[in-house]
Amino acid sequence: MSMPATIPLDVTAIRPMDEIDSAWLAARRRRRWRRRVMPLLGGAALLALWWGLVVGFHVRPFIAPSPVAVAMTLYQKFAVLMTNLLPTAIEAVAGFLVGNIAAIAIATLFVHRKAMEQAFFPIVVLIHSIPVVAMAPILVLLMGNGLAPKIAIAAIICFFPTLVNMARGLEAVSPQAMELMHVLSANRWEVFVKLRLPTSVPFLFSALKIAASGAAIGAIVGEWIGSQVGIGALIIQATYNFDSALLYATVLVGSCFSVLFFLTILLIERIVIRWQPDAAL
Amino acid sequence: MSDTIARMPATAGELSALECRNVTVRFMSERRAVTALEDISLTLAPGDFVTLLGPSGCGKSTLLRVIADIVKPSAGHISVLGHDPAAARRRREIGFVFQDASLLPWRSVIDNVRLPLEIGGRRPALPSAMDTQALVDLVGLSGWEKALPHELSGGMRQRVAIARALLGGPRILLMDEPFGALDEITRDRLNEELLRIWREIGTTIVFVTHSIYEAAFLGQKVLMLAARPGRVRELVTVDLPEPRRLAVRETPAFTALAAYLRAVLETC
Repeated sequence: MSMPATIPLDVTAIRPMDEIDSAWLAARRRRRWRRRVMPLLGGAALLALWWGLVVGFHVRPFIAPSPVAVAMTLYQKFAVLMTNLLPTAIEAVAGFLVGNIAAIAIATLFVHRKAMEQAFFPIVVLIHSIPVVAMAPILVLLMGNGLAPKIAIAAIICFFPTLVNMARGLEAVSPQAMELMHVLSANRWEVFVKLRLPTSVPFLFSALKIAASGAAIGAIVGEWIGSQVGIGALIIQATYNFDSALLYATVLVGSCFSVLFFLTILLIERIVIRWQPDAAL
Repeated sequence: MSDTIARMPATAGELSALECRNVTVRFMSERRAVTALEDISLTLAPGDFVTLLGPSGCGKSTLLRVIADIVKPSAGHISVLGHDPAAARRRREIGFVFQDASLLPWRSVIDNVRLPLEIGGRRPALPSAMDTQALVDLVGLSGWEKALPHELSGGMRQRVAIARALLGGPRILLMDEPFGALDEITRDRLNEELLRIWREIGTTIVFVTHSIYEAAFLGQKVLMLAARPGRVRELVTVDLPEPRRLAVRETPAFTALAAYLRAVLETC
């Protein structure tokens, strides 16, 4: 195989600069447009497939609803869905706050008192290994049938990832930064506030993003046991009533809430962390 | 600018800026005692600019860390302006510039420079303390006050670190290979600027480097250390026309000095 000695020059390819620029810009616009449109097309295709299967195989409405039936229910029972979303949202947000504040406090304690970490971290891991679903009835028995056990479950789910990440973040200071603090005769409080805490913020936010969806799961699972209101209760009721359209609509509302919660944390992260060249962490 | 920057007053009497007597540092590493520094003695007058030159592992950085009270000596005595290192550190008489700039990435240039003011809270303002803005101007970063560290080049980050170390007017500035990670062009420019800053504020500087040319160009004296264990090999006095410009490196006197340092270094 031999290469041709001269590369044939396509004279028509040589165009004025601004023409090339505008062509390049147009190509970039097309690529961006495609990135936005393609996921929508994919989603629409899956919805069509779902609808086709339900109609084509004559699936009975109490087994699986058609997307049209779900959309109708979403519209007609919007008030009911929102009434049930409210307690779930309160539980998830409250659990999120309680769990994360506790985790941040304990991570701070662990970093400053190594003995505490050695004594209690294995126990934390042990508790974390109990499945949430198994823990829920215990908490309902202990705390009654109100908001408290749901908040507790959501908090427990949030607690572990934040504890681990926060402890790691507080330790992630560079040795030279610690030496700098030493040369400046900083005390432990100053090292914590000026160095450790800001260093841990990116670590904290990656945990908070996990915790946001975890808190929603915790609240819904908590509502499965003897609850009268909430997304979780509505899921159970709809299932027992063979109201599959309502079941699907409820699940949809629950996941929309979860996504919104996540996006809120993402937004706060973007506002708080401005010192990183790109959102690498 | 010059009226906001108070030149370091000449220290009263014969008090030396730094005095090390028979300083020895040993580490335990993997159940084996390693002697990083052995029997180092050194006296610096206020306003001296000394460069520490030696092969890697000769304990140059360790010596700086002992002076800054980051590492405790196993034996010997150190005095910084008549105080032991811990007292000198608490009195903010020591400024330290690390190899990487060690800026806090969430703080802007000006906030990084003023970090020392926010630490050690109720400390009374030092008489020779410089204005933060004057320091930013001094290191040539006027206009970059609001920039974040990730928006700066490596050389600019080291300029910020130098300004931060100078805040509070330290009587002795310790620099641990501050330009070691920079490209040659940036390094040359910063060398020249460091001499300008030193002439302007007159503080004592101890500067660690592994570059013969940097050691010879910057130092009024070059302290050569030998390795394993780290000990003083020779203290070379540099006699070059002042104020030094980069072009001095092409003169026969500089070439001869560099050749001499290299010859000594080969026996270290």
